[in-house]
Amino acid sequence: MRALTWHGKHDVRVDSHPDPEIINPRDAIIKVTSTAICGSDLHLYDAYIPTLQAGDILGHEFMGEVVETGPASTLEKGQRVVVPFVIACGQCFFCGKQQYSACANSIPADNADMGQELYGHPMTGLFGYSHLTGGYPGGQAEYVRVPFSDIGPIVVPDGLEDDTVLFLSDILPTGWMAAENCDVEPGDTIAVWGCGPVGLFAVQSAFKLGAHRVIAIDHFPHRLELAKGFGAETINFEETDTYHALMEMTGGIGPDACIDAVGLESHGMFLDNAIDQLKVSTFMGTDRAHVLRQVIIACRKGGRVSLPGVYGGFVDKFPIGALMEKGLQVKSGQTHVQKYLPRLMEMIGEGEVDTTFLISHRLPLEQAPEGYKMFKNDQNHCTKVVLKPSMAAAA
Amino acid sequence: MTVTDDAPARASKSSDRRHEVGDGSVSGHTETINRPRADLYAFWRDFTNLPQVMENVVSVAAIDDRRSHWVVKGPNGSLEWDAVITEDEPGRLIAWRSAEGADVEHSGRVEFRDAPPGRGSWVTATIAYRPPAGFIGKAVAKLSQKEPSIQARRDLRRFKQYCETGEIATTTPPNPEPKS
Repeated sequence: MRALTWHGKHDVRVDSHPDPEIINPRDAIIKVTSTAICGSDLHLYDAYIPTLQAGDILGHEFMGEVVETGPASTLEKGQRVVVPFVIACGQCFFCGKQQYSACANSIPADNADMGQELYGHPMTGLFGYSHLTGGYPGGQAEYVRVPFSDIGPIVVPDGLEDDTVLFLSDILPTGWMAAENCDVEPGDTIAVWGCGPVGLFAVQSAFKLGAHRVIAIDHFPHRLELAKGFGAETINFEETDTYHALMEMTGGIGPDACIDAVGLESHGMFLDNAIDQLKVSTFMGTDRAHVLRQVIIACRKGGRVSLPGVYGGFVDKFPIGALMEKGLQVKSGQTHVQKYLPRLMEMIGEGEVDTTFLISHRLPLEQAPEGYKMFKNDQNHCTKVVLKPSMAAAA
Repeated sequence: MTVTDDAPARASKSSDRRHEVGDGSVSGHTETINRPRADLYAFWRDFTNLPQVMENVVSVAAIDDRRSHWVVKGPNGSLEWDAVITEDEPGRLIAWRSAEGADVEHSGRVEFRDAPPGRGSWVTATIAYRPPAGFIGKAVAKLSQKEPSIQARRDLRRFKQYCETGEIATTTPPNPEPKS
């Protein structure tokens, strides 16, 4: 089969691989019909995430048709399913608490030690996201092996096109959980840093969960316009002092909850960011955390901080004093996708959430490297690239 | 030894104290497994099940109710020994030791305890190897120093996966055909 593989920083290629096969009883094989490039794939593209190996198949947002099932899979051949990027067993302590992204059993035992060393506990298995998360081949491919297929994949009701449900695999539930982690109360103002796909879904979700106002922060005019379209007020951080604006727009109190939908590669011309970048390049630090610092400084006293943005390692100049003295609560984590799927699928079916507005480009799988380049370099207009393995490549 | 420290000896900073729990190179590790301890004990008590979760163990054959014959992958081909059960408390504890004259002196002890309510069981495996003086040399030293502790930890995780989910997480087919 053909698949998008990582070969090094800014070097991804589509090449040929053996087709995946059923290994465990609960496995299924999915023939991919649509798969997207995620903002967090850019962290891999930019080589910020350790333990990727040359030849690894990327991709964790995908859906398709069931073509093969293990004896203990509950799926049936021919079903259309969306697959969560988090691999979860459904039977461990964590899955019992619906903390699927903390599943104890989806990481192969031989991959568990790295996460234990780095984070104190092993990571959970994720598709196409380095060996730290299990080394599972990803979904930017013609076929994918899906472990625990009786727990993760959700069957798509007839009549719903790929483009309307594909983002259930990651970014829609991620935006939803980001907003849920804000514990929205009536009258609340929620500030969202980053109007990428997760940020834009967080804006929509915050309103659905009862936010009075949402303030969206970015520097790409097109992305800010999209946020405005969902009813958010906007701040362009290149033209405006974000902290000052937020205080003025909230009567000096600050936002009740703040969402960092940017993560470890936040950019912009700020002194702390320049220092972070220097430290990353000299291995003195790993993550650039300008947004995280700003979120903590701007959040109102006793407010909530929600971090859906991906961080991988360490930051310094972390404003722990502000966090403690202002009594902030922090909620974070990879998304418990399985927990949110039924409700979000229903909302899509009833037309309550629109996801297709995000898709700016549809490309054949063969042109995936072009998609990566575009998503990285033209973030204003390139809001989401969806790859279609069955689409013929342009000559 | 201080009486104001409830931590198990295997977590001690003092190597003397760590080795109180067994001789040779010792490693211990605890996992929470979401199953009653009687079931977990039953799986382990049938030593012929162990190759399913222990990566380096090729086979275990029962000789009688207390004795078993082990074939284990070593750095230079396979190592074999007979093991004898030294302690056996159903639902609570199994301990074994390699019989006299084994290539590698080896002992193991697995304890099964109730985890807090609703959380299944705590399983603690303590594995000890003693490098035989003048035998096989460096290769066995490797087998009996750091390697076995990593192996024991990973094997216990595989045991947990198997008992909770019925399968062992992997990305590798069991007998991958050679890639062309």
